[in-house]
Amino acid sequence: MNSSKRKRSNGDGDEDEDYEEEDEANGGCLQAWERAYADDRSWESLQGDESSLLRPIDNKAMYHAQYRRRIRSSPSTFRIQKGLIPYLYIVVDLSTAASEMDFKPSRMALQKNVEAFIREFFDQNPRGQLGLVFVKDGVAQCLTELGGSPDSHIKALMGKLECSGEASLQNALELVHDYLKQVPSYGHREFLILYSAPSTRDPEDIMETIQQCKKSKIRCSVVGLSSEIFICKHLCQETGGLYSIALDESHLKELLLEHAPPPPAMAEFAIPSLIKMGFPQRAAEGVVSICSCHREPKVGGGYTCPRCKARVCELPTECCICGLTLVSSPHLARSYHHLFPVTLFSEVSPSYLSTLQLRIPKNCFGCQQSLLNPGNKPGLFVACPKCSQYFCLDCDIYIHGSLHNCPGCESLRHSKPVIDAEELKFAAAGNQISTAVSPSAAAQ
Amino acid sequence: MSPAPSVASKLYADDVSLLMVLVDTNPFFWGTAAANSSSLSFSSFLSHVLAFLNSIHLVNQLNHVVVIATGFNSCQCVYDSSETTNRISDDGLPAVYLKLLHNLEEFVNNDEKMCKNDFQTGLTSSLLSGSLSMALCYIQRVFRSGPLHPQPRILCIQGSPDGPEQYVAIMNSIFSAQRSMVPIDSCVIGAQHSAFLQQASYITGGVYLKPQHLDGLFQYLSMVLSFNDMTLILHEMQAFLFLCLAVWALTSTCSQMQTVFATDLHSRSVLQLPKPVGVDFRASCFCHKNTIDMGYICSVCLSIFCEHHKKCSTCGSVFGQPQADASKADRKRKAPGSPRHPRA
Repeated sequence: MNSSKRKRSNGDGDEDEDYEEEDEANGGCLQAWERAYADDRSWESLQGDESSLLRPIDNKAMYHAQYRRRIRSSPSTFRIQKGLIPYLYIVVDLSTAASEMDFKPSRMALQKNVEAFIREFFDQNPRGQLGLVFVKDGVAQCLTELGGSPDSHIKALMGKLECSGEASLQNALELVHDYLKQVPSYGHREFLILYSAPSTRDPEDIMETIQQCKKSKIRCSVVGLSSEIFICKHLCQETGGLYSIALDESHLKELLLEHAPPPPAMAEFAIPSLIKMGFPQRAAEGVVSICSCHREPKVGGGYTCPRCKARVCELPTECCICGLTLVSSPHLARSYHHLFPVTLFSEVSPSYLSTLQLRIPKNCFGCQQSLLNPGNKPGLFVACPKCSQYFCLDCDIYIHGSLHNCPGCESLRHSKPVIDAEELKFAAAGNQISTAVSPSAAAQ
Repeated sequence: MSPAPSVASKLYADDVSLLMVLVDTNPFFWGTAAANSSSLSFSSFLSHVLAFLNSIHLVNQLNHVVVIATGFNSCQCVYDSSETTNRISDDGLPAVYLKLLHNLEEFVNNDEKMCKNDFQTGLTSSLLSGSLSMALCYIQRVFRSGPLHPQPRILCIQGSPDGPEQYVAIMNSIFSAQRSMVPIDSCVIGAQHSAFLQQASYITGGVYLKPQHLDGLFQYLSMVLSFNDMTLILHEMQAFLFLCLAVWALTSTCSQMQTVFATDLHSRSVLQLPKPVGVDFRASCFCHKNTIDMGYICSVCLSIFCEHHKKCSTCGSVFGQPQADASKADRKRKAPGSPRHPRA
């Protein structure tokens, strides 16, 4: 009966799960109920404890604890001066070592990870500019120029890239140093290389090049895909960068994404200055004008430079005619969450709340999910020190990682905390992170 | 009722949507609207919204609707269609209306109690940033529920004007929605356009609409289009609209078929949706809150100023020479029409 069903062509919507491609690939006939368990690897969610008994891994609490440790160790709680306009060159190693298969499918196929990194970089640094360089056959060549829009870089990455020859760290450094010399002084210069080769083949003294980079204030970081190499370590130590080695694909992705948020700018690096910028209006549909970037007439949907009235196609860009930097306010607003961060939520122990004779909250204020574990036992939750609303652990991670708004603080015009904010600080179990802003002052 | 995973894989196809409706219940806005006899009253507005919610459920019974009320002092989730129990009340209204109306009434009363000590006159904003944040947290919870989940989107029905103090919070919500690929549709029923909602819909790829005739609001909101087969569309559209018109659109004078907000995301690619009117992307300066065309940006904290300052008021950094770091092209040309300010 199963084989006859398989021969029927895919027509309808809902009855199609019998004809999925996995079925064809498996060859055998999986019953419908078996399919729910086909990808099930439930043995992986168990681990042994001290007495050699199996118990399930509590992923959620572990993930949350990891997240809190990371937040605690990074000094981002305080409003520090971050290098908000980074100019970064990513160097991709295309030597023969990059075609090794220890990372599936090959070390070079980290293009996907670099693409994710580029998107995340522009997300976190809307004013930043990125350029791509590749190293092949002992020479370094520029793949894309410094630019502010992710699509051109991603398109170049998706092109065919062959691996051959040896890698040369010095040539990459020299090339990037030449390009980054022209960057204005308010920009933060960075160099990131994904190094797969176990050695480097350099024409001259690489130590001199490293000193040159250090003098030009270029912060060099390396993400290694092979073993630890002394010269990379030395380079990162000298210039104040980060050297990390990826253990597997997911670790590589994590390491790469660590470089996306703006690094804390060291005081002598970034000279504050006022940059003149223009905020163009978007033209109405149906307006025909000659676009200054492509030199051809275009219909509708462009932006007009406020100084010289030239039409540009996309933002952010520099006007080709008068050189004014053009941005739109959402681009700048992307960075405002660094300036006005959300206060860290404090962990709350339900036993303390019951001693205060306060009701244990039933639902998370953000997602309305029940805060009680099955069996009506209270689970783990956190509270905002300013508005004293309770949130589940997943909302905590989402709010601080992506949303940057506390729903409780935003939903209350006049925050009147249910319990005193000072008491809430003492209620937290374990180590308490002292928040930069005093909650009692904000709550009044 | 949560279906087992294998059952869910059969039921959840492309066109199941999760619709978060953010309803503006700001009493200051509705009070001035009631005083103005030609505009919509809150009760007729609610009847349009309830009919619209009903139509969403009619299109696909698995569609999930959550209503969040945006008040003046607080925000609250007033209705979640996944929690409703099927119960018919005494006067024949199905439970879906009863619970929503009951919660909404309770919410409005509580909201009013909170502003006993505040006397506001004129136009005041509601807490849109709060309800947007709550909607996004809920959507994240739906994303976490498994690989198969309905397609989420947010619909803001807003009448109150924009509050400039919520700018950063609303922009944060918009970028988070953009990253999670959740479109924000806006239906503005107030007198003036909302710049925040225009930007929200533009950035997230939603639809922005300011209806001309508010008594036809239901027709602006509703639409039948969850079938992928084009021939079915016309047939079903006719049948459904006839039904709707016969039952609800007695007061409507609008003969256009405006089909906008009820469509699920996959069907939007085949529809002619209202074109964006144009989005005002200009920024406001931090010193005077004027909208400016050209300004100066602090390189450390990105605050916007309309004139040159010695020190940044946001981050306190002292600036170096103003023109020495500008790009070469900038230095070469003198701007002919740049605004001259009395103070350097």
